[in-house]
Amino acid sequence: MAEREDSLLSGCRVLDLADEKGVLCGKLLADLGADVIKIEPPGGDFARNIGPFYKDIPHPEKSLFWFYTNLHKRSITLNLETSDGVQIFKRLVKTADFVVESFEPGYMESLGLGYSELEKINPRIIMTSITPFGQTGPYAHHKATDLIGVAMGGMVYIYGEMDRPPNRLSCPQFYFLGGLHGSTGSMVAHYHRELTGEGQHVDVSCQQAVVLSLMIVAEIWDMLKYSYRGMGPFYAGARPGGLPLFSQVIYPCKDGHVFLLVTGASQAGMVSSSRALVEMANREGMALELKDYPWQTIDAATISQEELTRLTDAICEFIKTKTKAELSSVALEKGILLAPITTVKDVAESPQLAERGFWQEVEHSELGATIIYPGYAIKISETPYQVQRRAPLIGEHNEEIYEKELGFSKEQLVILKNRAAI
Amino acid sequence: MTRQVFAGLKVADFSWVGAGPQIARELAFYGATVVRIECHRWPETTRTAGPFKDGITGINRSAFTAAYNANKYGISLDLNMPKGQEIAKRLVQWADIVSDSMSVGAMAKWGLDYESCKKIKPEIIYYSTSQMGQHGPLNKVKGYGFIGVSYAGYGHLNGWPDRDPLPLFNNYSDFISPYCLIPTLIAALLYRRKTGKGMYLDQSQVEVGVGFLAPALLDYTVNGRIAFRMGNRDPYMAPHGVFPCSGTDRWVAIAITNDEEWESFCSVIGNPEWIKDPRFSTLLGRKGNEDELEELIGEWTRNHTADQVMSMLQEAGIPAGVVQTAEDLFNDPQLKHREHFRFLEHKEIGVHAYQSPAYKLSKTPCSITKAAPCLGEDNEYVYKQILGLSDDEIADLLIEGVITTDTDIPEVLCGK
Repeated sequence: MAEREDSLLSGCRVLDLADEKGVLCGKLLADLGADVIKIEPPGGDFARNIGPFYKDIPHPEKSLFWFYTNLHKRSITLNLETSDGVQIFKRLVKTADFVVESFEPGYMESLGLGYSELEKINPRIIMTSITPFGQTGPYAHHKATDLIGVAMGGMVYIYGEMDRPPNRLSCPQFYFLGGLHGSTGSMVAHYHRELTGEGQHVDVSCQQAVVLSLMIVAEIWDMLKYSYRGMGPFYAGARPGGLPLFSQVIYPCKDGHVFLLVTGASQAGMVSSSRALVEMANREGMALELKDYPWQTIDAATISQEELTRLTDAICEFIKTKTKAELSSVALEKGILLAPITTVKDVAESPQLAERGFWQEVEHSELGATIIYPGYAIKISETPYQVQRRAPLIGEHNEEIYEKELGFSKEQLVILKNRAAI
Repeated sequence: MTRQVFAGLKVADFSWVGAGPQIARELAFYGATVVRIECHRWPETTRTAGPFKDGITGINRSAFTAAYNANKYGISLDLNMPKGQEIAKRLVQWADIVSDSMSVGAMAKWGLDYESCKKIKPEIIYYSTSQMGQHGPLNKVKGYGFIGVSYAGYGHLNGWPDRDPLPLFNNYSDFISPYCLIPTLIAALLYRRKTGKGMYLDQSQVEVGVGFLAPALLDYTVNGRIAFRMGNRDPYMAPHGVFPCSGTDRWVAIAITNDEEWESFCSVIGNPEWIKDPRFSTLLGRKGNEDELEELIGEWTRNHTADQVMSMLQEAGIPAGVVQTAEDLFNDPQLKHREHFRFLEHKEIGVHAYQSPAYKLSKTPCSITKAAPCLGEDNEYVYKQILGLSDDEIADLLIEGVITTDTDIPEVLCGK
């Protein structure tokens, strides 16, 4: 196997026990070049059952979710609920840099594999535990799914129609956020370890990761005692001592929708954005009543709802006559704060992403297919990003690890397989 | 006291608004010395957009700015003036890391882009984070997060299948991008320790956003399917939704992941007659009659508070959670246990909340001790102690307006 010398984390090894709750953490470390070994229970990780699937065929070797979140990794099977499994894991810990896990709090301890045990085997080890609510506390053992997690983190309440229950994003984010912050915590601990030799336990709460993604929702409460609520196509700006100000931000256009902020002073670029937009409309004889509108005088704290609605209604009429592409291209040229609401197809066909070389072609020889993956969002000047390998098949690297690295004989492996340890 | 992880690490933070400042904040929480460079003549958006303490505007009263800048030092400096650029270059000389989240081209205009900084300090580590990345046909797209989430495909996936797409008030990509950059940045620091080489990191926030929709993207690149918004439904679970509770606009989220949980759920709600209906006894049946199922469950949930429903269901091992409002987050016993919100005294805002990292390090905890600076609050410390300027030099810079002061705030912003 090609261990890369030219990546930022080459030479670092991660033992990845995480299921879907923490799986992104190891993927992000592998993006930086770490050697990540996915440790799956015999039969394979449960997250292999998460869709979507290659050609819509539900199969543990065809989960596109799993493919993406386990890109670059190797896989071995190991049953931690056997004494042999525990012993083998401990041997692996000796030479590892990170252990990432997402079991219910207390499970690793119950196997004798809690941080205090692992630390005895390898004081440099960093153990990262990713759970919905953290290792301790009143909700530590609460069950969560994506919906439950984003709801508890405050992310559901801020999206929604006024006449319906608040809603989640239709692409799960809860555990991705946990994995993201898990990789951050792991790397802060890694820096400390490289300077001092001291490892530690990193205890991640996916719920907190959600709260950190809410922009100023908590701060609005803290300052104004107003809980932001999703209000259809509007932003509902908090106004002290009064009703929130509804500003329309989603506008239907000829072939879909655009996001557009129509406002004036208070944010950089907004006056010129609104002016440029009105000029565009005026050129076609629309929104003429806004021709000389004094955008710089708009004060979000005092403008009346009627006045703002008058402005946005006039602009709405104009937007309806244009396509996403027409609007976006003028927006780019004139600095208008407008963007198309894109679909995954638009994203996949984006000339910008193509020009940046974002997409990665990864060969899946056993499927006879090449699959296009989202790549790495950061260009690293010294060590350009590279896909190490496609996601592993179940136990694909058993031989590589167990025989070549740990020195088990074929006979011993047969015994272990027979005892369901691997 | 334990050694702080990033003690001695120095950051010249030219970033502003949402995504950029969170990056150096994380380093500052673990001991780095971060100097943030701002200017009274063009205060950043967050300083003028609020939320403001008591709703009263003022460039030092916005919790938006404060949120991402705790533990940092703040100076005022006009980078449009040649002398301002000279001072900035001295900060680059001092720093290990230069942070940029300006519009593409702004730093180059000031002679502070990576190539220029590299000449000042060859081993500098320099990161830029922008909507689209530094190059490409759309690299000049205006840089707010709502633009980024729209280009990344989120709006289309937010809302209900029979309605228009919904906005993401939280500019989501601004809040995941920093945490993609931090691990890369730390790895770059360690790489420099080993090799002596600095480097340039160029992040596209749209690409970060796309990565977080990867399963939907692969479903398109492989299966040709264009993902669509589906309210609160899930392809593999039923019931799976948000249900009304007693109180005003109170809701609870419930997700039943398997038959066992469904049976427990039926028993918690008191085994009403309707559950015996064969339409609801299997997953396929429940998926096929989801509207009615949700209606029936709502009839039960609305007799309880969201907290009661969560407790009853969690005790029975069923995933359920309150749809928490911002107010709820501040009262959440779990977040309290985790010390998520920390309260510090800010010079003009007074005591207010700051958020801590989502992870706890067992041996080197974060230390959040300094409220975010008012604009230019740490001028004296930074110009004297860090850059070693004399009182006379500082006086000259003030007179020339290179170091800006409150009097330099544009009238349109201070007149309110």
